[in-house]
Amino acid sequence: MALPIRYSLRNALVRWRSTIATVLGIALVVFVFVLLQSLAAGIEKSSGNTGDPRNIMIVRKGSTAESASMIGRQNFQDIRYFPEIALTAKGEPIISADVLVLVNLPRRNHGGEANVLLRGVTPRGMELRPQVNLVAGRWFEPGKREVVVSAKLAKRFANFDVGQSFKSGNATLTVVGWLEGGGSAFDSECWLDADECRSLFERDMYSSFLIHPVDEAAGEKLIARIEGDRRFKLKAEKEVEYYRKQTMTAAPIKWLGNFLAVTMSIGAVFAAMNTMYAAVGSRTREIGTLRVLGFRRRAVIVALLLEGGFLALLGGVLGCAFAFYWNGYTTATMGMETFSEIVFEFSVTPKLVLEGLIFAVTVGLIGTLLPALRAARLPVIAALKSL
Amino acid sequence: MAETIVKIRELTKLYAQGEIQVTALDRIALDIAAGEFLALMGPSGSGKSTLLHIIAGVDRPTSGECLVQGVDVTKLNESELADWRNQNVGFVFQTFNLIPVLTAFENVELPLLLTQLGRAQRRKQVEAALDLVGLADRMHHLPKQLSGGQEQRVAIARALVTDPKLVVADEPTGNLDSHSAHEVLGILQSLSQQAGKTVIMVTHDPKAAAFGSRSIHLEKGELTR
Repeated sequence: MALPIRYSLRNALVRWRSTIATVLGIALVVFVFVLLQSLAAGIEKSSGNTGDPRNIMIVRKGSTAESASMIGRQNFQDIRYFPEIALTAKGEPIISADVLVLVNLPRRNHGGEANVLLRGVTPRGMELRPQVNLVAGRWFEPGKREVVVSAKLAKRFANFDVGQSFKSGNATLTVVGWLEGGGSAFDSECWLDADECRSLFERDMYSSFLIHPVDEAAGEKLIARIEGDRRFKLKAEKEVEYYRKQTMTAAPIKWLGNFLAVTMSIGAVFAAMNTMYAAVGSRTREIGTLRVLGFRRRAVIVALLLEGGFLALLGGVLGCAFAFYWNGYTTATMGMETFSEIVFEFSVTPKLVLEGLIFAVTVGLIGTLLPALRAARLPVIAALKSL
Repeated sequence: MAETIVKIRELTKLYAQGEIQVTALDRIALDIAAGEFLALMGPSGSGKSTLLHIIAGVDRPTSGECLVQGVDVTKLNESELADWRNQNVGFVFQTFNLIPVLTAFENVELPLLLTQLGRAQRRKQVEAALDLVGLADRMHHLPKQLSGGQEQRVAIARALVTDPKLVVADEPTGNLDSHSAHEVLGILQSLSQQAGKTVIMVTHDPKAAAFGSRSIHLEKGELTR
């Protein structure tokens, strides 16, 4: 029979002054772990939010991202009349040939410079991305060197307020509106007219085609057709699949999170061990008494593990609470796929919280195991005689 | 003639103190009758606590036998001893040894958690034990909220709650003022005289020993009278 749980819980709380350092230590480890993982989750969520599952994205075979892809104009002519592509009411194929250009622009408050992704988009391309909405100003008009920037990027880059202009290469573009991508990768883009973009930045090629197929079967057929036709050297896949794979940036952050968590947890294990050794040391006679009353060694071990686990859980909850404070906070980093500034939000998901709590309890249990075994192994008489 | 509850023969306990071997108990022979209130006396280091611990199944002798209610406790393994102690012996310590984070009620309930009793039955027995020592109104107090005498009475209630035949007390009045000591000794005496419990008490104090029905003296590990 185990000792009552209240025995462990009250013991964990009764010495709160001595245990607070352990709780805070574990909280710090969990905080770092959850926060870094929430960054990675935010990047993944941003990519995962992007696209329409019905659309097909086409880029050049071998290119890792749209911005690194170049597709000849002849390909556009060849593909646009494929019967798998849905038609508008006017009988025009629903396909958008976009151009992506990377420009270097100054951040706000003299914060240096960073790359920004400009998307030259067709009216059809805008229709194919309904999750992008205008939140300020108006949409650009072709031929007027106008651009609509992401509202989230506008907070980070100079001259991105509506009405302001910025220069890139030989072009001076005027910001006429702010767009909102609904937490998608489009929140890291600036849009202007596709033809104007190609002309301003002297691009003869396209970067990608976005296609709305007749139906799912047609979509599959289109992918097989393009992938199978050796003339094209193009890669076709569902738009959502394409964006789902654009999460390379998250990998090093995840790795760093895991690395820091593991190294810091070693310290936290020792902190927990120290606390529990002190707890066991000051309660040796109490443990002897429990043994005299008939409680077996394993009951003592379980009670102490529960105590250490509970302390660690408190630390874990605290760490997750600290991390949760940052949930939804917008930040940015350089995207590893596009080499441009990508904007995303810290995303403290329930899964991450659970992982943080499990991690904390594991640290607590490992730290408590040796003190608990030592306490249980002490002869009853020796324990009773201790001061 | 009352039945013999404790029967000790040729009981020897040797300690190694560095390279020197110390004889704590030297071939002790002793019978204790059921219902007796035995005072074990002797100077420090005479072996009286060691003898008490062996009878209670907390310590093991080097040789000899110690039968308590017909069970040779020297032959039981660790787990069997733990169960045996829980069912057959009540302990009262000099320093009370209550669990500081548990209330008087919870402290007294502890030994019952190892039994098959349900919550209601446990509550009934705990309340009866606390009532017996006059602390029914203090059951929700923590040890630190009680006086030394009250703490020792809670410890006695804890010793009695499983209704053991044998109660062992190691210097139970050593940390008490004379008034509280008198109260505690009175309770132990009534346990023997009215409840028929066998009480074995280690004490230095002749006044405390006077509450017992018999006193025996140990010196250098031997019974002297």
